Order: sequence, then structure tokens, then C-alpha cells
Amino acid sequence: MEKRVTFSKWTIGILFAVPQLILIFTFFYWPAGQAVYWSLTLQQPWGGGNIWVGLDNFRSILSNASYWDSITASMIFAGISTGLAMTIALVLAALTDRQLAGSWLYRVVLIWPYGIAAPALALAFRFILAPEAGFMAVVNQVWPGSWDPGLDGTDAMASIIIAFSWKYVGYNFIFFLAAFQAIPRSLIEAAAMDGSGVIRRFWDIQFPLITPTIFFLLVINITESFQDSFGIVDIMTAGGPANATNLMVYKIYSDGFKGLDYSGAAAQSIILMLLIIALTIVQFRFIERRVHYR
Amino acid sequence: MTIFKRGFAALAAGALSTALAVPAFAEPVKFDFWFGLSGDLARVVDTLCKNFNDSQKDYQVVCTSQGNYDATLQNTIAAFRAGKQPTVVQVYDVGTATMMLSGAYKPADKLMEENGYKIDYSDYFPGIARYYATSKGEMLSFPFNSSTALMYWNKDAFAKIGKTEAPKTWEDVAADLKALKDAGYDCPMAINISANESWQLMEQFSALHNQPIATKNNGYDGLDARLEVNKTKFVQYVTDLKKWYDAGLVKIKSKDLGQDMVQAFATGTCQLILTSVGDHGTVGRTQKEGMKWDVAELPVYAGTERKNSLVGGASLWVLSGKSDADYKGAAAFLNFIHDPKTALFWSTNTGYIPVTKSGFDFMKSNGFYDKAPYKGREVAIASLTASEPTEITRGIRLGNFTQIRAEFGTQMQAIFANKVSVQEGLDALVKNGDAILERFQQTYPGKTLP
Repeated sequence: MEKRVTFSKWTIGILFAVPQLILIFTFFYWPAGQAVYWSLTLQQPWGGGNIWVGLDNFRSILSNASYWDSITASMIFAGISTGLAMTIALVLAALTDRQLAGSWLYRVVLIWPYGIAAPALALAFRFILAPEAGFMAVVNQVWPGSWDPGLDGTDAMASIIIAFSWKYVGYNFIFFLAAFQAIPRSLIEAAAMDGSGVIRRFWDIQFPLITPTIFFLLVINITESFQDSFGIVDIMTAGGPANATNLMVYKIYSDGFKGLDYSGAAAQSIILMLLIIALTIVQFRFIERRVHYR
Repeated sequence: MTIFKRGFAALAAGALSTALAVPAFAEPVKFDFWFGLSGDLARVVDTLCKNFNDSQKDYQVVCTSQGNYDATLQNTIAAFRAGKQPTVVQVYDVGTATMMLSGAYKPADKLMEENGYKIDYSDYFPGIARYYATSKGEMLSFPFNSSTALMYWNKDAFAKIGKTEAPKTWEDVAADLKALKDAGYDCPMAINISANESWQLMEQFSALHNQPIATKNNGYDGLDARLEVNKTKFVQYVTDLKKWYDAGLVKIKSKDLGQDMVQAFATGTCQLILTSVGDHGTVGRTQKEGMKWDVAELPVYAGTERKNSLVGGASLWVLSGKSDADYKGAAAFLNFIHDPKTALFWSTNTGYIPVTKSGFDFMKSNGFYDKAPYKGREVAIASLTASEPTEITRGIRLGNFTQIRAEFGTQMQAIFANKVSVQEGLDALVKNGDAILERFQQTYPGKTLP
């Protein structure tokens, strides 16, 4: 006789699900639906009326060269900052896991950056990376004009990538360290007794065993680099110079809220949503195959 | 259980009796005023509000800073869509066209008339009034904080090259910058090229030289106006600025790089800047000890007949959908702000200029412009009233102008980073700016500017 709680009527199940469904509907589906509707109309900002324009908003955005520049910039930003944040966090976590002297201190300290709000850390990095007053002023003194995020788009992109990666190193570190510590010691000790060195053990045992965590962080980092970059861009570069750091999420803000082009911004956010969905599908389809779940 | 019930009943009774007891005498009518100034300026606005509340008993204005101009407009729109808008809101100069088409306001002149206030609109400086008035001259909003752009110059540095007067033409500026550089000054002139500097570099320059920024008299005559800064004297100006930048005579200073241009001037690092008269107080307070400096009107190219410069700043709009009592309060508040004594208070505590002739005269008669920290600010009035406003110099009436300013910053940065030539950059500014204007026009089909 199987002992399992079952609901005789499916209505009871629905009733239990209703509070959650209402929350999801109010805070997700309803605004998302509104955004879709706005993207298909031309909204007057003060609410005086709107006109149905079909896919015109999408057409005008996708035919705009500066929007494609924005997509490229976002891709570059996502790729490099995800790579940096994950690699650095992985190395730091691997070292901390080895119980080197003072590793308890690193464990605490390395988690902090994620706790700092993006605008605050952007302000700090704006000062650190300021070419005339900050730390980089020293570099500019040795090689004059080598660092100029005010005019050089590459330097500006580098600044926001550094700031964003710095924040996410802390986040990734927590997950990597937890993953490393979940690996049974006996496996590593057995390998050590067989005479394999630290690097060998890392690649042959630890790395394959943490691939689920790596995959999870890859998806999260790429998604966040499209969305969470706003505060950093807003404070550090405001999308400049010459749109070099005008990431998609920042462009949505500046077109929608500063430019009062609600419809264009709604269309852009739909495109951004589709892009993130597509990227996530690609990752699940092609990268997850190489992940070993225990 | 009964104790709980009894306690609850007592609480309810208590609440009821206080609710009944309170309104024995007439409460003043409270209404909201949202503004976009912060820091020092916000404190001055708060004092202004307090003065108004203390000056009478019938109304009470609740003043709330929204941080900056952009946020004020955004928040007001959000509040308006939710039916919770403030009665009075401060909207910056370039938001004027957006406001005029919003259908969300009560015309200021009508409001004053309905509530029995007589305002002499010809008392406003024409350069200021025409910026905010309709093409027929009706005042839809009240000019509030007003400024214009001036040239700040370091007298000590200019004395080194044998000059005792500020250069009046750009040709003179070029020669002086060269001389300053030769005299060992590393940064003869500072500019910045973000969206904000569209104001002094493009808009003020074009007005002074009577050059259009857009067709249809800068947009006053229709929503189908399009930019034309890629074929006016402005091209020459950008070419010169770029040439001087390449020669090391002009440096770019911005907060992102470490020091903005006002700081660069006040510390004596840079010898010449173009910025708002509103910074006059800041320079005075933060300047290097003993540094001698002054302000002058912006230079023009030799042989130009100088026109009036444009007003910058913001005006006060009264929004629709409020009660008559609120409107009575709003009218009283606007009347209070219009008073010359308020103008004196306002200009003394900020760098802004008086907006009416009577306010200016009142301040002059009080000796305001003779005293040290305020001396020089009268140059702003001279610049604003250099001529009767022409069809082009009365202002700019373009939709989504904030985005066009952003485009200005983008293209100037591309030009100064040598990514594009001056002409290519300005052509791109016009092309992208026109797309913004076209979109604005499509959003308001069949509507015309009042």
C-alpha cells in the first residue's frame, strides 16, 4: 500500500497555486503584456492616446545602425566580463579550497564585492580609473595619453568591464567554493596518493565535478551582464564616448525615460528579452551536453 | 476575547472622536510643487516655499525635489498617468515643446486671470518670455530659474599676455589662446563635449550669430521642423574648436576624467571656460585664493551682428486635473514668485538672474550688482537683451530635444576622437536628430504647437 498525499479534486490544487499565480501574473505577465502592447503602438508620453503601428517600432529599431552597434557592444561586454569574472573566481575558489594559510580570510573578503550596490562601486571605479586624478593618472604620467576613457571607446568599455567583473567575481566565488567543498575529500586524497599533482587533480577530478556549477554560473552571468550592467554604465560612462558603451539595457533607459519614447523602448526591451531567451536556449542545447550531473 | 473586543471598541471610539474634533478651524489648502534642483539650490527653493507659507495663511505649498530635471519630468508623467500629479511642476527649457503638446497643463496666463491676478507680461525680458510663450505670445508657464551662458576668463593669466579685456571675437580668442600656451599655460581653454554642452556650444552660439538650429524657425512654426546645423556657421565653429583642441589650446575637462571645467577654472588650471551664469557663485566660493577673474559675453566671429543669447533654466507649469482650491493656491504661489522682492531673494541665493525688468531694476536700485560677489552677473542680462529676439533667437521648440542633445554629445565625441570628420559628424547629428523629430511628429498626429 503506497502512502502518498493525494488530492481528490484538482480544484484544491489550483486553489493552493492561486496566490503564486496572482503574484506572477501581476508582476510578470501583466507588465510584459503591457510592454508588448506598447511596442506595437506609438504611445504619447502623457497618456493622451496611442496609435496602432504594428511592427513599425521594430522595423525602425532594427534598421537603425546605432542599435546594431548597441547589440555588438552588449555582446562584447557580456562575453568578456563573463569570461573574466568566471575565470578569476574559479582560480580564487580553487586556491581557497586548498586550505592555504589564511584561506578563511579570503573566503570572507572575496564575497564582499557582490554586496556592494552597482552605482556605489561604479563611483569608486570612476575615481580609480579617472585619467587625471585617480590611480590611472600614474599610468598616464608614464605613457601620456594612453588611458582616456573620456574619448577612447575601447578604454571606456574596458572600464565598465573591469567594474562589472569585479562585482561578479564575488558572486561566482561563493558558488565555486561551495561546489569545490562538495567534492568528497576521499577522491582528491586517492588521486594524491596515486601521485597526481595539484594541477592534474584540478583538471581530472575537480573541474569535471563542478561543471554543473560552471554551467549554472555561465547562464546567470551572461543574463546578468545584459541586465545588471545598467547602474555601472549610468554612473561611469552614461553610454559614451560616442555610444561606445551604450549597452542595450542602457539604451532602453535613455530612449524610454530620458527621450520619452515609450514605444521604442518597449520594443527594445522585447528584443532584449528574446535575445536573452535565445542565448539561454543555445547554452542549454549545446553546452549542457558537456555537463556531468552526479 | 472580551477584553480584546472591548479594547478594540475603545480604540475605535478614540479614533472617531479625534477625527471629529480636528477640523474646527479652516486648514490651509495644501498643494504640491515638484522641482528638479538639488543640493544648495534645493535648500534655497525650500526657503522660498517657507517664505510663501509664512507670508499668508490660506495656502500651504509642499515642495519636493525630484533630484534633477529629467527625473522631475519622468516622475511627473508617471504621476499624471496615475492621476496623482502635483499642482505645480518645474520643467526645464527643452521640455517646453513636450509640455505644450501634452494637454496636461492649465495655461498660466488663464490661471492668473481667473484668480484675479494682473500680471504685466511685457515686464518679462522678451528673450525669456518668448522662449516659453506660444507663437502667439501667450504665456503657458511662468519663467522661474533663468540663466544664460557667459565666458569666464582668468584676469591674471590674461595680464601675463598683456591683455586687460576679455576677447570679443573668436579670432581674438584664437590669438589669445596661442599666446597663453606660449606663456606656459598648459590649459588655455577648457570645454566639455557631452550632451549638456549642446547648450553653450551649439544653441547659444547659433542664437548669437542668428543661425538656425532647425527649419521652421527652430520648430516654432510646426512639428515638421528638421535640423540644419550641418550647414550653418556652427560647422566653422566646431572645425575651429577641433583645430584648437588638436593644437593643445583647448582641453576637454569633465567629471569622468577627474575635474569638470568649472573646477578646472576655479582652481586656475584652465584660463577660459564657457558656462552658465549660474556657476558664478560656485566659482566665487571655490576659487583659488586671490585669483582674479571676470565674466564676459560669449564671443562671436568677427563681422557678426550680435544677437541676444538664449535663456536656459526652467519654468513653472500648472497641471490640469486639480481642484479650484488648488488652483487658487497655485496662482497665489506664482504671484509670490513674480514679486521683485522674491527675485532679489532668489538671485542673491542662487546664480540665477531676475526674469522681469522690474525685478532687475529693483535689484539694481538695491545695489545688488555693485557688491563684490554678485558684480558681473549683470553681463548675463546684457547678453540676453543684446537685441530684440529674432524669429530664430527667441528659442528652440523641438520635440524630444533631450535626445537631440544626447546625439550632439555622441557626435562631438566621435569628431574629437578622430572617428569622423567635422562635416561627417554634424551630418550624422542632423540625420539621427531628424529621425527623433520625425518620431515625435508621428506620436502626435494632427496636432500643432500652440
